[in-house]
Amino acid sequence: MTLDRALAGGRVAVYRHPLIVRITHWINALSLLLLLMSGLQILNAHPALYWGETSRFSRPLIVFGSGDGPAFPAWITLPGWQDLASGRRWHFFFAWLFVVNGFTYAVYALTSGRIRWTLLPSGAQIRHIGRSVFEHLRLRFPHGEEARQYNVLQKLTYLAVLFGLLPLIALSGLTMSPGLDARLHFLTAVFGGRQSARTVHFITATTLVMFLLIHIAAVLAAGPLTEMRSIVTGWFVIKPDRRES
Amino acid sequence: MTKPAGVDRRRWLQRALALAGGLALSACDRIAQSDRVNSTLDVAEGWTQHVQRLLLGRQALAREYSESDISEEFRANGTTNPDTDEYNHLAQDHFAKWRLTVGGLVQRPLSLSLADLRRMPARTQITRHDCVEGWSCIGKWTGTRLSALLNLVQVKPGAKYLAFYCADTLELALDGTGQYYESIDLIDAMHPQTILAYDMNDRPLPVAHGAPLRLRLERQLGYKMAKYIMRIDAIENFSGLGRGKGGYWEDRGYQWYAGI
Repeated sequence: MTLDRALAGGRVAVYRHPLIVRITHWINALSLLLLLMSGLQILNAHPALYWGETSRFSRPLIVFGSGDGPAFPAWITLPGWQDLASGRRWHFFFAWLFVVNGFTYAVYALTSGRIRWTLLPSGAQIRHIGRSVFEHLRLRFPHGEEARQYNVLQKLTYLAVLFGLLPLIALSGLTMSPGLDARLHFLTAVFGGRQSARTVHFITATTLVMFLLIHIAAVLAAGPLTEMRSIVTGWFVIKPDRRES
Repeated sequence: MTKPAGVDRRRWLQRALALAGGLALSACDRIAQSDRVNSTLDVAEGWTQHVQRLLLGRQALAREYSESDISEEFRANGTTNPDTDEYNHLAQDHFAKWRLTVGGLVQRPLSLSLADLRRMPARTQITRHDCVEGWSCIGKWTGTRLSALLNLVQVKPGAKYLAFYCADTLELALDGTGQYYESIDLIDAMHPQTILAYDMNDRPLPVAHGAPLRLRLERQLGYKMAKYIMRIDAIENFSGLGRGKGGYWEDRGYQWYAGI
């Protein structure tokens, strides 16, 4: 199962990410970025959110900008000028790509045992979760043998994103479709109405952006070169543990 | 006269960043304007339509609500008054002189008054209206079943779509297009909830919502539901209509299949 390559200076290269994980990771990253930008383009057409089945215009939940006209600046929308039709075209194309890609990953991860081996925290990890939080706050990242597997916070975050936020954003998006609503009444009921689903869609997107910022910050803090190498080539380089040597 | 190196470097960095940002933005815009990119993105519309048709079939009904769910404020979008001499003339006596012309690929072309339509098989439904902009309102609609009208005029075998021609001009373009029109296929036309609505919330359809007649196509977005209908033609394809995409908004980049 584990393929190690000994490198100079006591470092070890571990094959961490199989090809399918690397490909689905990058397709997911691209899709999410374009979905976010085209999503803001779509939101610009009516930059207000409501709770419930309908839009009670006098009682919005959140209003962006003045509530009339574009609320999000051109540089963050796709396309970079106000164009709802094009925004929808980009959004639905990459929504398809995002869903098909997500399914591919989920089927692989669930059938290959990757979830069990790499993402489910061990009993020991759960017991020491407090220490892990403390170490993280001090920006101390595991080295040596400990770096072979994800730490418990990483595991829980990835699980929450992969099996919480990503399905949630897809389902709340589908709920807004008047076509699917004719078949999937129960989904609309679960979200508490179409406009609630639209609001949940936006909040989930915002949460994903926060995850993304932390994810990128963690990559930068843990060593951008090593981290990028591993998600591009699959090989993750472990430095010898200084405390041991 | 030497400036500190740091200032130069900072200015250089600022310029480089501005240049890179500008290049990235203009590259994005160029990609977003490319015809080939847009036609590639359009394939997703076909996938959506096929999968939704497969899941929904011909009969699945849009959800219907109770009287208490009806929205107090139902927003009117697009044209809220055609305001042409011809339309104003018709509106003056509550559309008594208005006629709906049904033609094209049909066995029995017809011309119907509002009273004729009111005598035909009708349906009342309280449904949710989803605008492409993102908002939703619930309203009560009563109208002639489109299927009943089609049985009356008998669509010829070659016909695939119905085209709706409206009294309003949203934007008069240089190429002469701009008159509102829409089209739906015969699968949607025969759906039990597809009606030509003449009443809204138990009163004659207001001008803002398309008086005297508007289409209700409950499983799609609002822009498909043509208002101020004057003529309906059974057609084989969109080639003779507007810019050829099957609708006013479709000609301006929106999806013909608006189930999402």
